[in-house]
Amino acid sequence: MAAGAPMGAGNSSRIYKGSGWKLLFPSWIIIGIFLLAPVLMMGVYSFLTKEFRGGVIWQFSLDAYDQFFFDRGLFGDEPPRLEWTYIGIFWRSIWQAGLATLACLLIGFPTAWFIATRDPKSRSTWLFLVTIPYWVNLLIRTVSMKFLIRDTGPLNEFLLSIGVIDAPLGLINTNFAVQLGLFYSYLPFMVLPIYAAVERYDFSLSEAAADLYAGRWTILRLVILPVVKPGIVAGCILVFVPSLGAFLAPDLLGGAKTFMIGSLIEEQFKGNAGNWPFGAAASMILLTIVMCVLLVYARNQNKVEAR
Amino acid sequence: MAGKTDLRRFPGFLTVTTLCLFVLYAPLIVVAVYSFNASTSITNWGGMSLTWYVDVFIGPEAPKFQRAALNSMIIAVCASVIATVVATLAAVAMTRAGRFRGKTLSFALINLPLMVPEVVTAVASLVFFSAIGFTTGLTTILIAHTVFCIPFAYLPISARMQSIPDTYEQAAMDLYASPREAFRLVLLPLMTPGILSGFLLAFIISLDDFLITNFVKGAGIETLPTAIFGSVKQGIKPNIMAISTLMLVVSVIFVSLSWLVGRMGQDKKKNN
Repeated sequence: MAAGAPMGAGNSSRIYKGSGWKLLFPSWIIIGIFLLAPVLMMGVYSFLTKEFRGGVIWQFSLDAYDQFFFDRGLFGDEPPRLEWTYIGIFWRSIWQAGLATLACLLIGFPTAWFIATRDPKSRSTWLFLVTIPYWVNLLIRTVSMKFLIRDTGPLNEFLLSIGVIDAPLGLINTNFAVQLGLFYSYLPFMVLPIYAAVERYDFSLSEAAADLYAGRWTILRLVILPVVKPGIVAGCILVFVPSLGAFLAPDLLGGAKTFMIGSLIEEQFKGNAGNWPFGAAASMILLTIVMCVLLVYARNQNKVEAR
Repeated sequence: MAGKTDLRRFPGFLTVTTLCLFVLYAPLIVVAVYSFNASTSITNWGGMSLTWYVDVFIGPEAPKFQRAALNSMIIAVCASVIATVVATLAAVAMTRAGRFRGKTLSFALINLPLMVPEVVTAVASLVFFSAIGFTTGLTTILIAHTVFCIPFAYLPISARMQSIPDTYEQAAMDLYASPREAFRLVLLPLMTPGILSGFLLAFIISLDDFLITNFVKGAGIETLPTAIFGSVKQGIKPNIMAISTLMLVVSVIFVSLSWLVGRMGQDKKKNN
């Protein structure tokens, strides 16, 4: 971004040349010791043997991954079959996060477009309105959503009183409630990058297409969407990645049937019944999925910038 | 003019935007309204009253929530101050120290807390602290918060620093200022809006955190989000709604402040 800036110091200023490492030392100490090392340690733990009251025995074992992917019967002596329980939980999480992302896109794109096409003065006010809820505590937002959609909550009371429905909708503890919670948690993440892309969009492209008799929606599909695609992809990543490992929305709005990765991992470490190596393995698998998504994204991004 | 269609407008987009804002605000407004409910039941409306706000401050659960709020404040202030200092130094290294070996790697490290899923960070921290024999408590919460506050403080600070040309510092150093003086007397004042918004961002992010805190907090120590979570697990009570509304108001004030600071920075830039 700063590479072509004529005035900006960008990243090329050399005033403190030679002090780079000195200045980065505190960051390396704090993040290196208290995040990088713990994550690497989790990687090691996922290959160790479990201790029954939570903890590990320092002995190499592939049990954790084996338990995740294969079922060997009650006594572990049967030929391995694929175990669907945990793969199913991961699959459901991906599905839920994907649907939440899609919902965010369907609502977020028109919103971002609408805001970006206001006059410059009112834009920042609109943006501010969209971002405020994000800054309200996530727990409080999730609890508020739970309060609103409970069977005896204001939404159902209201719909019952005006006679639209004659029994509560039964939203709480469903997959839909979890998707709604995820959608609600991360919607601003979708709006902001799309807004940034639309703001840079050159409307003469639309005019050129219109001069060639393209209809409004054809322009949207064939001209606008391809141009603002980087913003859309960024928004989808920003919603999908945190949704995948989310804990609060599935825990508070969902029930036993909506168990997601976040809860599966949490369960392995809370209390004494947990299985640390298994939780570590599940964490590593989640981390791998997330890193793959981010890597693919980064590579595409580089391609876009190189163009 | 009249016959030409406006290519910026799409039918229905205004409706969707309204729907979007409605969905974002409806739950918060409903909870805020119900927090003034006089009834002890959360379902029935018993008229306006401030009962639950009084309860928050002098009710039976008041000491618990006050201690939790105090803990939250202490941790948010300490973590965001440390994170802001560390992030500022890192931003100087990334924007003012030319190219050096490991720069890209360092950039990745600073952003690592944003990339690792929160639940993984949470359990990894717990396991790590227990492995190295740290007793979980305020210190462990503070350390964990500092880690994930650094990238949030770093983003606005480095963005601001990139937009300031280094000519001012060069000029100062030509007039025999040491690099240290050039930093303190020239760069730092120019950086103030960026540093302030980085600090505020880190502060809010720290106050917001539930998941990581819940893992590293240890027994008996609560922050506001973990105390609220514990209470909500037994059902939503009216006093929770009053606390939520208070926190909502605090967040809105903070965001408005940070927005104004950001605007201040932009106006200054225009004047330059």
